[in-house]
Amino acid sequence: MPASETECDGPRMTVLDTPAKEPKITPELVAEHGLKPDEYERILKLIGREPSFTELGIFSAMWNEHCSYKSSRLHLRGLPTKAPWVIQGPGENAGVIDIGDGLAAVFKMESHNHPSYIEPYQGAATGVGGILRDVFTMGARPIAALNALRFGDPAHPRTKHLVAGVVAGIGGYGNSFGVPTVGGLVGFHTRYDGNCLVNAMAVGLAEADKIFYAKATGVGLPVVYLGSKTGRDGIHGASMASAEFGEGAEEKRPTVQVGDPFAEKLLLEACLEIMEAGCVVAIQDMGAAGLTCSAVEMGAKGDLGIELDLDKLPCRETGMSAYEMMLSESQERMLMVIAPGKEAEAEAIFRKWGLDFAIVGRTTDDLRFVVKHKGEVKADLPIKELGDEAPLYDRPWVETPKQQRIDPASLEITATIPGALERLIGSPDFASKRWIWEQYDHLILNNTVQRPGGDAAVVRVQDGPKGLAMACDVTPRYCEADPFEGGKQAVAEVWRNITAVGATPLALTDNLNFGNPEKPEIMGQLVGCLRGIGAAASALDFPVVSGNVSLYNETNGRGILPTPTIGGVGVLADIEKMATLAFKETGEVILVIGETTGWLGQSTFLSEILDREEGAPPPVDLAVERKHGDFVRELIAEGLVTAVHDVSDGGLLVALAEMAMASGIGASLLAPPAEVEPHAFWFGEDQARYIVTVSGGEKATVIKRAESAGVPVAKLGATGGDKLTIPGERPIVIDALRERSESWLPIYMGAGMM
Amino acid sequence: MKAAVLLFPGSNREGDVARALKHVTGIEPTVVWHAETELPAGTDLVVLPGGFSYGDYLRCGAIAARAAIMDAVRAHAARGGLVLGICNGFQILCESGLLPGVLVRNARLRFICREALLKVERNDTPFTRRYGKGAIVRFPVAHGEGNYTADAETLARLEGEGRVAFRYVMADGRRDDTQVLNGAANSIAGIVSEKLNVLGLMPHPENHVDPLIGSTDGRALFESIEGMLEKA
Repeated sequence: MPASETECDGPRMTVLDTPAKEPKITPELVAEHGLKPDEYERILKLIGREPSFTELGIFSAMWNEHCSYKSSRLHLRGLPTKAPWVIQGPGENAGVIDIGDGLAAVFKMESHNHPSYIEPYQGAATGVGGILRDVFTMGARPIAALNALRFGDPAHPRTKHLVAGVVAGIGGYGNSFGVPTVGGLVGFHTRYDGNCLVNAMAVGLAEADKIFYAKATGVGLPVVYLGSKTGRDGIHGASMASAEFGEGAEEKRPTVQVGDPFAEKLLLEACLEIMEAGCVVAIQDMGAAGLTCSAVEMGAKGDLGIELDLDKLPCRETGMSAYEMMLSESQERMLMVIAPGKEAEAEAIFRKWGLDFAIVGRTTDDLRFVVKHKGEVKADLPIKELGDEAPLYDRPWVETPKQQRIDPASLEITATIPGALERLIGSPDFASKRWIWEQYDHLILNNTVQRPGGDAAVVRVQDGPKGLAMACDVTPRYCEADPFEGGKQAVAEVWRNITAVGATPLALTDNLNFGNPEKPEIMGQLVGCLRGIGAAASALDFPVVSGNVSLYNETNGRGILPTPTIGGVGVLADIEKMATLAFKETGEVILVIGETTGWLGQSTFLSEILDREEGAPPPVDLAVERKHGDFVRELIAEGLVTAVHDVSDGGLLVALAEMAMASGIGASLLAPPAEVEPHAFWFGEDQARYIVTVSGGEKATVIKRAESAGVPVAKLGATGGDKLTIPGERPIVIDALRERSESWLPIYMGAGMM
Repeated sequence: MKAAVLLFPGSNREGDVARALKHVTGIEPTVVWHAETELPAGTDLVVLPGGFSYGDYLRCGAIAARAAIMDAVRAHAARGGLVLGICNGFQILCESGLLPGVLVRNARLRFICREALLKVERNDTPFTRRYGKGAIVRFPVAHGEGNYTADAETLARLEGEGRVAFRYVMADGRRDDTQVLNGAANSIAGIVSEKLNVLGLMPHPENHVDPLIGSTDGRALFESIEGMLEKA
């Protein structure tokens, strides 16, 4: 098709888009744009006149919660973001850390919750597409993807549909794009019934001195549009993501974008090729709020103005207005400032890949954001103020009341220990997620050293021996009971996951999912979790380098559990020394590192077996956490341990069962110490613990090393047989346990056992 | 040996197979863009890699089968040159008429990425001579449309001529057409052309050439090709 037929400059459009058709600015229109009356006053004061319709759209795009972080910005400032290995902290498309040998890891996690609830396949797919784009915009080739998913009660009528759609969408996009999806988590809880969470993380690899940024430099340089054409999809997507759901959320389906992983794959290759050719001065992907946000960011970061000529914009549909073009969230698009004299070379590369390339504007020295369409100025706004003067709220908040520690002796427990283990292993949160991760290509690129199902995924860096370990985690029940301890625990847990494979945790990305911040108790959860995250990130030298905030995760006034998902990346010097959780040999000694007091408050034992979600969650002693983790990492590096697993949800016995199921080797366990109630001993969720196995010859060395390091260590038993046996309890057959674990999800999804 | 790996828009395992070739045989293949009309002079082996050429839009492999370079590939095959199509490459070979049959959506309509057990049905092809006959090997699969099918006559001919190179088998090594992971007819995972010089298979031998990444069962496939060409 000739370009003129699809571009927006044909004479036919004049009829369809006359200035007279633009609506008048009324209080109702302002409200429809998600702007509060005082926010509109702020606009009037800032520009000294009534905004045009296009300008109102631009403000609504820049000042919604999703883009401006107006409720969270104040509290995000408290997070530690620096370390000698941090190349780029929060504020760019993704965080960047130095991993040695001249290489950098570039990563970020981002939510696509609201779109995924409305249209699960496309919502999840474009979530993956957006985060991949964030990573390659910085010059990095994506080498791994992860995701953290939270669905409602499995019995809720919508849950199965959401699981099927979200999983297919993540696979559909990532598989075609060609990135291995190597890890993640999936949880179920009734509080996500009306608002599932889809948090997608991507990790890329770049040369440390070849990172690309959004900051434009140089006046009069061409601003170039690349990628797919602009359509009417996703208009107001970011605003939709900044409001609560009520009845009829499905009606918002048109605000969900449609993904094209094929276009994204071409965009990746073309972008990396023109970066390599030295054509790129600045680059920003068009994500939330599309062209508006990307153009403003490039100019504002570089202290430059931007002038756009929308007549040049490649459009998919005819008759698009300036307003629609500025707010479209069509996917797979990029904006760049091209180096002087490099336009022709850059264009040739894009044409080769069959992608659109159009000079749509230029940088200016007047710090204005000017949008022209058909000879008219549709917007003329101060570019820095669009971002810098966005509202900033110190919203009122209340601290979550503390709960009491639960005394195990006070609980009426009828379940036997083997019976409780079997129920836990077959429960939605613990059951194997193989049915899900087998729909993701987790092997492409030939570097997946540790596949899904372990404590952390490990991906080889180039031809090795170095590897990157990555994991994501959070325990929302803990966060709700005690946001500060829950925030700490989420960071500690990810740090522990990375440690358990033998890697050194380097930095994290946070994806903060909360309810309506205008409610003081919800705001209190956000503030508390952020303080906890900050405290743990500081104490563990695990800085925050990127992140995303998703608020208003509420439906009909009921909020989700506070869910600050943490994604972490660490480096493993030699992948041959990597630890895995499967038992390796019969006759090895099983040790637990760390203290077991039998903490049942907010445990999965309490919620799944006794149907109670109460009590104080386990506290995290960050100094102890660090000491134990550093100790375990040393044992792994020196080859003193044969299997390692961190102890988290479900406690010791669930962890032991996972080690047994992964190998088919059972264990003879010792009776618990008399001072701890047996259920609390086996299922309590005390923090800073790892289970390790050692060969008989190394046992004395490891125990001696632990004692001299001041790290508690206790013998749990020995590996062997095909059952888990506990004195005085019925033996638990590993094969039967595995069958329970593997069957829940396929049966739930109605898919049989394949 | 000179090898060429074709690159279509949307190919995504071209790097994996190029790396496996280099890792196993030391040969660095030339990457050939789909719009070219000729293969590099002296090409012995053409590889059509895995991926989603043209986004799998229309029908997987259908658009790539009509790419400019494919005429050169057909001519190469007609001369007896070796052609290896893996996953999307197999789909393209079927769509371009170099192999019979077609790959349709997996029986359960879901993408599957897992390790599959395969039986090497014959070890007298240029691609399998370093395997024992009847050997059971483990290659990963990663596909949404790997369900091989053909009309009854074609299937009978393939079986009669012994052109099934790899077949999916169960853990005990037996074939069970009712349990095959993607629903493929006769548990077919890979087939060869009449002259045995074209192999198409859904599983990924290139992803199992390194003990750190799963297994080394795929190595012998690349060693077979290398040995074949050295002999020639």
